[in-house]
Amino acid sequence: MTRVVHYLNQFFGGIGGEDKADLPPRLVEGAIGPGRAIQAALGKGGEVVATIICGDNYFAEDIEGASEEVKRLIAPYQPDVLMAGPAFNAGRYGIACGAVCKMVQDRLGISGVTGMYQENPGLDLYRKDVYIVQTSDSARGMGEGINKMVNIARKLVGKEKIGNPSEEGYFHRGALINEISDKTGAERVVDMLMSKLRGEPFETEVSRPAYDRVKPARPIKEIGSATIALVTDGGLVPKGNPDRIEIRTATRFGRYDIKNVQTLDPADYEVAHEGYDSVFVRHDPNRLVPVDVLRDLEREGRIGKLHDRFYSTTGVANIVEVMRRLGEGIAGELRAEGVSGVILTST
Amino acid sequence: MVGSNRILPAHKIVNPLGNSDLPPPEERKLRRSMVEKALKALQAAIDEQRILC
Repeated sequence: MTRVVHYLNQFFGGIGGEDKADLPPRLVEGAIGPGRAIQAALGKGGEVVATIICGDNYFAEDIEGASEEVKRLIAPYQPDVLMAGPAFNAGRYGIACGAVCKMVQDRLGISGVTGMYQENPGLDLYRKDVYIVQTSDSARGMGEGINKMVNIARKLVGKEKIGNPSEEGYFHRGALINEISDKTGAERVVDMLMSKLRGEPFETEVSRPAYDRVKPARPIKEIGSATIALVTDGGLVPKGNPDRIEIRTATRFGRYDIKNVQTLDPADYEVAHEGYDSVFVRHDPNRLVPVDVLRDLEREGRIGKLHDRFYSTTGVANIVEVMRRLGEGIAGELRAEGVSGVILTST
Repeated sequence: MVGSNRILPAHKIVNPLGNSDLPPPEERKLRRSMVEKALKALQAAIDEQRILC
């Protein structure tokens, strides 16, 4: 018999709406609300042994602390699998569902399954770690969502093979799996093209990367006292490329000292980038990393200070996930050093 | 650049903040005007991705 613990927010747990969103996690034995549908889908093969109910705000305001509390409540029940939600398009709830699933996987060594609508912000945060099934945007799709979740949960517990995202109804996790095909790539791509021309459905084997939207940073109020940094993806590096930044598909960035440097001297720099003709930049690196005019503006008091280092990587044939990590690394360092604005130059 | 919110058009892919057809002092003036625009963009209140020029 499969033991399931189910996670719900205060609303689906039947406690209340936004007025109860500060509720700390509590455990109730047995199935509640949507958990009854899980129990029905499990039939005699499994049992919802306990339900955790937690307020959306309580969880969202301290994800780590709340996860720890949820873990302490779950552990004594020794479930085989945790099911959370589904959260539909509820953002805080979706993040909580993803976080609880990841936590039980990391800390209790059991699998988690949840369900969301495609625009739920919890999806991008947890899709790589957790099986998240596709649901409608509202509770109208409860039955279908729960059936998909129970199907995945059963397979996880039984260590059965889980099929492709489209077959099983979950969001792809960014995993590439080798498969033997009896048709060559050329035949498959022509088949896809013919399906497309006929207006029939087809499934790409290489999906386009999903670019997230970034909330714009607040404007700088006091530019005359701000520290401004220069960052480029044009591959400008000191002679000899000391960080060995790759000329394409970069996985590294470098930080290069320009303290007391009034202008970038072409004798000191080279370009590690095979995606553009770098002759103009090699003749005058200020054309890419404009140290010369920023020194003028600094002297005139138009900015507080030019940051002591510029940052560089190579932007050609990059992998979005890798660049996200590089970007976070650069931004983390700049923030720690009190930089308030960045001019990013790109080729 | 994916995710950038304050975007300024530059001169050329191969020479973003310069123009090799100009004599050096003129080129530097051009670069300065572009950097000044960038500083202005950093002070602009926006709530979504914008091309500022």
